[in-house]
Amino acid sequence: MVLLSVSNLKKYFPLQKSFIERVISRRKQYVKAVDGISFIIREGEVFSLVGESGCGKTTTGRLIVRLETPDSGKIVFDGKDITFAKEKELRPLRRKMQIIFQDPYASLNPRMTIGDAIAEPLIIHGIADKREAREKALEMLVNVGLTPPELFYKAYPHQLSGGQRQRVVIARAMILKPKFIVADEPVSMIDVSLRASILKLLMKFKKDFNLTMLFITHDLAVARLISDVVAVMYLGKIVEIAPVDELVENPLHPYTKALLSSVPTIVPQMKREKIILKGDVPNPINPPSGCRLHPRCPLAIERCSKEEPKLKYVGNNHYVACHLL
Amino acid sequence: MNIVNAILEKLKTMGLLRNSNALFKAGIIIVAGIIILSALAPLLTPYSPIVGTGDELAPPSLKHPMGTNNLGYDMFSRVLYGARTVLTVVVSATLLSMAIGVPLGLISGYYGGKVDRAISIVMDSMYAFPSLILALAIAAVLGASLINAIIAIAVVYVPTYFRMVRGQTLSIKSLLYVEAARALGASDSRIITRYVFPNLLPTVLVVFSMNIADAILTEAGLSFLGFSVPPPTPDWGADLRVGHSFMLAGYWWLVAFPGLMIMLLATGFALIGEGLSDILNPRREAVG
Repeated sequence: MVLLSVSNLKKYFPLQKSFIERVISRRKQYVKAVDGISFIIREGEVFSLVGESGCGKTTTGRLIVRLETPDSGKIVFDGKDITFAKEKELRPLRRKMQIIFQDPYASLNPRMTIGDAIAEPLIIHGIADKREAREKALEMLVNVGLTPPELFYKAYPHQLSGGQRQRVVIARAMILKPKFIVADEPVSMIDVSLRASILKLLMKFKKDFNLTMLFITHDLAVARLISDVVAVMYLGKIVEIAPVDELVENPLHPYTKALLSSVPTIVPQMKREKIILKGDVPNPINPPSGCRLHPRCPLAIERCSKEEPKLKYVGNNHYVACHLL
Repeated sequence: MNIVNAILEKLKTMGLLRNSNALFKAGIIIVAGIIILSALAPLLTPYSPIVGTGDELAPPSLKHPMGTNNLGYDMFSRVLYGARTVLTVVVSATLLSMAIGVPLGLISGYYGGKVDRAISIVMDSMYAFPSLILALAIAAVLGASLINAIIAIAVVYVPTYFRMVRGQTLSIKSLLYVEAARALGASDSRIITRYVFPNLLPTVLVVFSMNIADAILTEAGLSFLGFSVPPPTPDWGADLRVGHSFMLAGYWWLVAFPGLMIMLLATGFALIGEGLSDILNPRREAVG
């Protein structure tokens, strides 16, 4: 069953211009953060959104939990169209969908104890009174491995390490037993040695609650480890979607191949087509015409700079947007 | 009691009680000293501040440590009881303007839009007046009394709180933890009271003590010009007014002691403010 479907979603951010620039030119400029993307996430699935920084993956996550309002397109969550829903209508839905942010240092209120922060969602949604909420928060602290819970309950965020804080953030998101969670690079700011344990924790909750997850990451290795389906994003567009094994074994888009080439392999002799991209990610204010990868793509043909490729079905639940196929 | 405990708890977590510095301590000693002296006034002096001793314009002596004035009132007891008047007016005025300015700033900064623009224009035009002139105008319209002095001073300082709180609210509003609260489904009022307000409380405290220092001078100015408590209520500013006409004749003690007290009390609160802002400075917090 499809839990979330996104179609042709767009979000352009207007560029702040100085007074003089505004006088000289009336034309408004936009950063095309998300430029017409579509995908579906099925219940119980872990869907990874992979791409370099600035490709619009974080904005996509924020649009889906409606911390941002899309410019156009459609988001249907659990059978409800939430594309332009008002904050008041969203509030009851927030019980079912939660987001974990990248930065565990900034996502906790510095003046609220850990326990209060975890109990907060229960109180906001009127699920439990103060005493029950406390009990449940203490239970949750044990669940995320912060023991003894009484000690952590009274602590303030600044007394915790980054990894511990991310556990608190996960506990806060999970205490509502949501159906769907957006995890926006939940481990990228955490010490490498602790990443695996945080991922394990997330996957434990995923199993316990039959959670559906949108996992946003720049790290294909992490995506491979935990996801069922992977979508690769480049400059506001999805260039390839496929089940994880299919994508890793049979990448079709040059950009996906390039990303895979940059992941170190355990077996150095393993044969893999290596693609190295030229240059840097172009400015998203004026993205290249046609296929957005064409200035960097070693395989580009003339058609690539003129015509924008559409996502094509190539079998095995595999979709690619490339003229070469 | 619950509220007091909660505030103490907050102060503790902000590190106030742990890392207080020299400025803060000096300010606390001055202010606490004056408060204690004025509270103990009946024990420290046998004279009433509003009954003549029959001894007029007597210089400082063992009997009258600060001398007497032209009506024979004992200056020492007027200084001690005067502290009560000054503190009452100044503290209630600042609390009142805080009670008005802080919520206005929160609403203005959080919601923005037309409401924000309307409130901001009113506040900015009030801020454009020199504080003493505005206080004088209000007090002159309302008439000289304790309550009116409090109102006049309170109105003058509302924009100070408003501007500070609005600015802080704007910056806190865009922080990730506020966004996280929104993602959890928290209502606006909950975000304001549980996420924004507690995080700007330290700055409000700093502005509060700085403001009291300023308000002491404004109050002294008002009563010097005869727009505060009516005589013979003991009040430092009023005593300055009486004393300044006798100063050239050599009766220096009529102005020296009330003047010194105004300076001392204002300095005390300013020191507390400075100390607080040092303690609450994020850079210091990061180190501690």
